[in-house]
Amino acid sequence: MTSLASAPTTAGATLDVAKIRADFPILSRTVRDGKPLVYLDSGATSQRPRQVLDAERAFLETSNAAVHRGAHALSEEATDAYESARARIAGFIGAGEGEVVFTKNATEALNLVAYGMSNALTSDDPKAARFRVGPGDEVVVTEMEHHANLVPWQEFCRRTGATLRWFGVNRDGRLDLDPSVITERTKIVAFTHQSNVLGTVTPVEQIVAMARAVGAYTVLDACQSVPHAPIDVHALGVDFAAFSGHKMLGPSGIGVLYGRRELLEALPPFLTGGSMIELVRMEGSTYAAPPARFEAGVPMTSQAVGLGAAVDYLSALGMENVHAHENVLTAAALEGLQGIDGVTIIGPRNTESRGGAVSFEIDGVHPHDASQVLDDSGIAVRVGHHCAWPLHRAFGVQSSIRASFYVYNTLDEVAALIDGVRRAQDFFARDGVSL
Amino acid sequence: MKLETMYQEIILDHYKNPHGHGLREPFEAEVHHVNPTCGDEVTVRVHLEGSGADAKVVDLSYDALGCSISQAATSVAYDLIVGRTVGEAFDVLAAYQEMVQGRGKVEPDEDVLDDAVAFAGVAAYPARVKCALLGWLAFKDAVAQADDNAPELEGQP
Repeated sequence: MTSLASAPTTAGATLDVAKIRADFPILSRTVRDGKPLVYLDSGATSQRPRQVLDAERAFLETSNAAVHRGAHALSEEATDAYESARARIAGFIGAGEGEVVFTKNATEALNLVAYGMSNALTSDDPKAARFRVGPGDEVVVTEMEHHANLVPWQEFCRRTGATLRWFGVNRDGRLDLDPSVITERTKIVAFTHQSNVLGTVTPVEQIVAMARAVGAYTVLDACQSVPHAPIDVHALGVDFAAFSGHKMLGPSGIGVLYGRRELLEALPPFLTGGSMIELVRMEGSTYAAPPARFEAGVPMTSQAVGLGAAVDYLSALGMENVHAHENVLTAAALEGLQGIDGVTIIGPRNTESRGGAVSFEIDGVHPHDASQVLDDSGIAVRVGHHCAWPLHRAFGVQSSIRASFYVYNTLDEVAALIDGVRRAQDFFARDGVSL
Repeated sequence: MKLETMYQEIILDHYKNPHGHGLREPFEAEVHHVNPTCGDEVTVRVHLEGSGADAKVVDLSYDALGCSISQAATSVAYDLIVGRTVGEAFDVLAAYQEMVQGRGKVEPDEDVLDDAVAFAGVAAYPARVKCALLGWLAFKDAVAQADDNAPELEGQP
């Protein structure tokens, strides 16, 4: 074991991790012939505490009904539960009333913005004209985007005739904010708050200032930031932001789009149908005010309630404490991994402006093979390109191993990761043959 | 230990020293397959003589980027396929596919599978089945592109 193993389990003492772990039933299970689960894949999806599971179950056992329909007692209770969750989630990110839209996930939220904007080209609502984009206009993304905040903009450009441009990534895993990328032609700047691969936290204020200077809208992928640090969307100044429930102790099947109220009021709908209308005639329809305009069909309800409970759980821990705890784990992982010969960190090598996703390569051991050895020790990490294929290309690697941390992880688990990486090296170097 | 069941010496040997590696001419078809979940990729060329099930696989050449399982599987495929007829090769592929997709419940036929029987351990890890099949399915696709009369593979859509 490394020296880290002897460090106290409660990293930095900002969180009572033993108490937190007791809230997560899954963390006490074993895998692969009795090995304790070491779950280091919260960047892909987080585990859920009893409080979230209980909230969903209690809702379904007492108040389940289709929301915003009917006038019976359950319908009213369900609608209250749904809207209460929305209000708490809005409060959690500093958003105002009517600025939080529920979607099925962050990917849908980002597509909602992209399709809403391209629908402006055919909308007869004069308010939508501000979103019109066409040939000669440009959309700016970054090379470190998750596919969810890249492919929708590629498709947006294909539909509208706009040109896609991007900020590159330097060897340290930071954005190269070449000022020539954003020009008078730039209409949209879509970028991540925190890279799901590198852990890099991007300079949101700086990018927002560059975008505002040319009148471009900003769209923030906040999937890896909202779960891990205090976020105030108004203070960040972005126009839109998206995140998903399942990465922040909440259920899958629910994501959130934040949009500045003024913009949501002007944005044409993406999906149409029930619930999102104002008036429907055979000849045509008018649409409800946001957020209902963007929530066609019977929405996910127990998931919203569950996400509300997740936000309550995180708020009780305190997001400053969550962030500080992960910072300690990240520092230990970076130090431990860099202490192993043949291991290369992909991304910033210290914790400055950096979150708790640590990706790395092991010389001579393919990530898939390394993860198999880690898995054999009960350690769950992500391998592959993590839905950020262009970023991997930029680093000249085909795939990588990613450990990602959350409120329930411990320094002992970081130590287990370091040991596991050594074991993977040994396993594939067995018989003295180096691969 | 399960891990060593999957990573048999023969697999690691093929990974370290892949047989038939490199792209060669002549060839009738070249295909490029990727495993989109991990980014592993393989380019496979086939050189056939004749047509249909009786066509002879004169060469299978490839360039691959990937994990030990996908690299070794492609190397073993080369050993087992070249020199055989397409019909025979597809029989091996069908048995191989049944084994690796069998969740450990399929008793492999060593007479048919030869060295490929070493991949039986992969069946216990569903996430790795795609790795074990990448090169083989690229071969099948290349044959289909090279020869309009290529036989259907049993159990394939």
